[in-house]
Amino acid sequence: MLVRAIVNGREREADVWEGSSLLAMLRDELELPGSKNACEQGECGSCSVWLDGDLVCSCLVLAAQANNREVKTVEGLGTVDELDAVQQAFLEAGAVQCGFCTPGLVVTVSDLLASDPHPSVATVREALSGNLCRCTGYQKILDAVALAAARIGGSG
Amino acid sequence: MTRIGSSTAPTIVDRPLGGVGESVIRPDGTPKVSGSFAYGSDLFVAGMLWGRTVRSPHPHARIRSIDIAEALATPGVHAILLAADVPGKPTYGLEFADQPVLASDVVRFVGEPVAIVAGEHPEIARRAAERIRVEYEVLEPVVDMERALDPEAPAIHPFGNVLRHVHIVHGDPGAEADVWVEGYYETGMQDQAALGPEAGIAIPAEDGGVDLHVTTQWLHVDRKQIAPCLGMPEEQVRVHLAGVGGAFGSREDLHLHIHACMLALHTGKPVKMSYDRAESFLGHVHRHPSRMWMRHGATRDGKLVNVSVRLLVDGGAYASSSTAVIANASTFACGPYEVPNASIDGTALYTNNPPCGAMRGFGAPQVCFGHEAQMDKLAAALSMDPIELRLKNLLRQGSTMPTGQVIEGSAPVEEVVLRCLAIPEPIEEPAAARDPIELPGGAGNVGRGESVRRGVGFAVGYKNLAYSEGFDDSSEARVTIQAIAGAPTVHVRCAAAEVGQGVHSLLAQIARTELGIRDVVVLPADTTAVGSAGSSSASRQTMMSGGAVHAASVAAREALLARVRRALVIGDDQPVSIEDGRVVVDGLPVADVEDHLDPPVQATRVYHHRPTSAFDERGQGDVHVALAFAAERAVVEVDVDLGLVRVVQVAAAQEVGKAMNLQAVTGQIEGGTAQGLGLALMEELLVEGGELRNASFTDYLLPTILDMPPVVSEVIEDPEPGVPYGAKGVGEPSTIVATAAIVAAVRNATGRALNHAPVRPDDLVGLREPRPWRAPPPNPDVPFQVAVPAQHGVAAVQEHVTDEDA
Repeated sequence: MLVRAIVNGREREADVWEGSSLLAMLRDELELPGSKNACEQGECGSCSVWLDGDLVCSCLVLAAQANNREVKTVEGLGTVDELDAVQQAFLEAGAVQCGFCTPGLVVTVSDLLASDPHPSVATVREALSGNLCRCTGYQKILDAVALAAARIGGSG
Repeated sequence: MTRIGSSTAPTIVDRPLGGVGESVIRPDGTPKVSGSFAYGSDLFVAGMLWGRTVRSPHPHARIRSIDIAEALATPGVHAILLAADVPGKPTYGLEFADQPVLASDVVRFVGEPVAIVAGEHPEIARRAAERIRVEYEVLEPVVDMERALDPEAPAIHPFGNVLRHVHIVHGDPGAEADVWVEGYYETGMQDQAALGPEAGIAIPAEDGGVDLHVTTQWLHVDRKQIAPCLGMPEEQVRVHLAGVGGAFGSREDLHLHIHACMLALHTGKPVKMSYDRAESFLGHVHRHPSRMWMRHGATRDGKLVNVSVRLLVDGGAYASSSTAVIANASTFACGPYEVPNASIDGTALYTNNPPCGAMRGFGAPQVCFGHEAQMDKLAAALSMDPIELRLKNLLRQGSTMPTGQVIEGSAPVEEVVLRCLAIPEPIEEPAAARDPIELPGGAGNVGRGESVRRGVGFAVGYKNLAYSEGFDDSSEARVTIQAIAGAPTVHVRCAAAEVGQGVHSLLAQIARTELGIRDVVVLPADTTAVGSAGSSSASRQTMMSGGAVHAASVAAREALLARVRRALVIGDDQPVSIEDGRVVVDGLPVADVEDHLDPPVQATRVYHHRPTSAFDERGQGDVHVALAFAAERAVVEVDVDLGLVRVVQVAAAQEVGKAMNLQAVTGQIEGGTAQGLGLALMEELLVEGGELRNASFTDYLLPTILDMPPVVSEVIEDPEPGVPYGAKGVGEPSTIVATAAIVAAVRNATGRALNHAPVRPDDLVGLREPRPWRAPPPNPDVPFQVAVPAQHGVAAVQEHVTDEDA
């Protein structure tokens, strides 16, 4: 079936299997593998994207549900040449080891800071509780969020 | 000895050159945060097929027949291959080739591969796999390690069910003591749960060979196993490191490597395979479940006199690295203490459970859980402070281990313990006034904190660095200095697998420091361009590949400086160096390095650690290269009505020789602690009748950000003699002690004699009693120390890898 969606600001279409998830469509059809396939049942948050501005696990959304809607992925944030504040903070705080959880966390943190630019630690922990990281023990992720919040708050 | 604290350090750190000792930004960090880093599961080649594996649903069965006709007729299916299609040797294995590439006659665990499929779409391959009809004759499985030890039990392999029995006798095992305590302990089967799934792509090459891009920890040992099964010379199998989403031991063994290559060679097309989470649980080894019987004897004033340990680990259906895991577990079973008399018997068994092998800590976390519980129990029996008891008995430089090995390297164990205990404990906050997410169980806690009890626990432990028992796990590196776009640039070639731990950062730091050149590129790792680096495991790459890059960098620098001296006519008595890309003579910059790089300067070096020896018949020997020690103190709160636990703080101290990159070191301590917390409180693969019952992230729980407390780290530097920079590997020690410390804290909070990790809510509210003591099982009737499969002609694999490449 044909799915048309605005993905990272561009009109895209993909011919997908009816049972395809949005995650599979992004990764296998639209060449956007930044959203990751770690559990594929909504437990780990590695596939987090925005669907019409709402944070979702793209593994739990059918590709068909994205038809005629707007999707934004980690590739729609900063680029390798120009990281955004959240990405830069993850890099500097040492919040990246294997990095497989990182795109999902970057998306989730960006979503949090957009609605709450100065979150408390408890708020951050609750907001990120759906994102599993197996490498860092989360401490440097908390550091990264604090750093990003300070910079975004400072500049805005 | 210098000491540096960490967790209170500022987040942003100065990074002047990017050399040794700086918290450098990892070179793969930018692509990782932007989503453009290519992991194994992200690889894509036009025209590729998708591979799929058909796995056994039975723990033990004979294959009567396999009917692939209907599956093969599925439109879009290009190949279905069975055991008879394996082009070369039918079996492989990390240490002993006892595992079939595809099962031919008998399956030995639930999840064992039986057939492989290639189709044009993952869904086509999946549906075709479902249409393959396998008829099984179900056989009696052996799913309990003590049952496997019974000579009457069915034999899982022709040579029986014992993989290895390690027997260590030290001093007089009959020595008398004033006070004795005994205990029985168990640890569950833990999963590495690396977030990146097993994945790779095999591309058939024009020379008839194959290029495999795959997630792994050791490219060259993979090739050693793949090539014979494909019936090819090694040089036709080129293994390339795909982006690795974590490893923790799970990628030491082959997973889809041979399957993807077979499908690619058969179809003539690139074939991608990528396990989903459920298949990942079936497709890699796990941490060995253990059973431990321990008896500790001490003098009235608290000196250990005699320790006896009986230890079993469940290796599952195939050998993997079980023979090495049982050796490690046995040598560390008495803990980091001076024990003059000891007897230790450790057995690794085959069962029809999922295969177990390497996971962070490699046998040490299991015994640490046991020996630290025993030390607390002994302290109680002696009415002595448990820390005081430990301090009276700690190993130090010059101490003798139960293996008779005298510790010649650095061993600042007392320093580690004291620095850990000096970390301030958090203030106890009233439970009633808190945000519910700060209660044990978080928002799931329906109480008001009235039943919350606080407890404190402590553990100290240790781990060997690099491979032991006479193994020469060398690493090779090549360093090239050349002018690129008018600037001096260093290329580092090393096959060390970057799995997330940051080894590529470290190799670049070493090259920068030794060469005084800022632009360093660590080239992609593969088997074609450089020799083996050994495995990214055993906390060994800092020493081994770090050592290789150090040696190659020093050789290249000396060659370059000799050239500069000739060109600039500098006398031998004048000191010359390279500093930030400039040639410096007598402290003054005199030339640009890039003017002296035609032709480029190159050096290749192989680093070997100091030789070790095998066990003798009494389990004595200089078996370990070097040791690293850690201690942790855990503060927990337990809701004793609900059986819920919150870890409030972990205070961690680890000695690292030299902190090459403090941010990366504390990252390893924090992450390792998280995995130890998982084994303490939630992580256990439930295996019933040989079948995994919780092979998903819904059912196998990992610590989330809400489960993790602050980890306050103290990093202690006491250089290891004879090692570049004195640096030790840092990956494993925190995992080893975290489980023991956290469960000790839960015991302290509840007064319950918890002897199984992980601790479950049932254990805390009296719904499940501690596992009862019973007599330890007898030693098996096999020769001590030797690996039983090797004795019966099952080919050893690893020992050949470094022989050739060294």
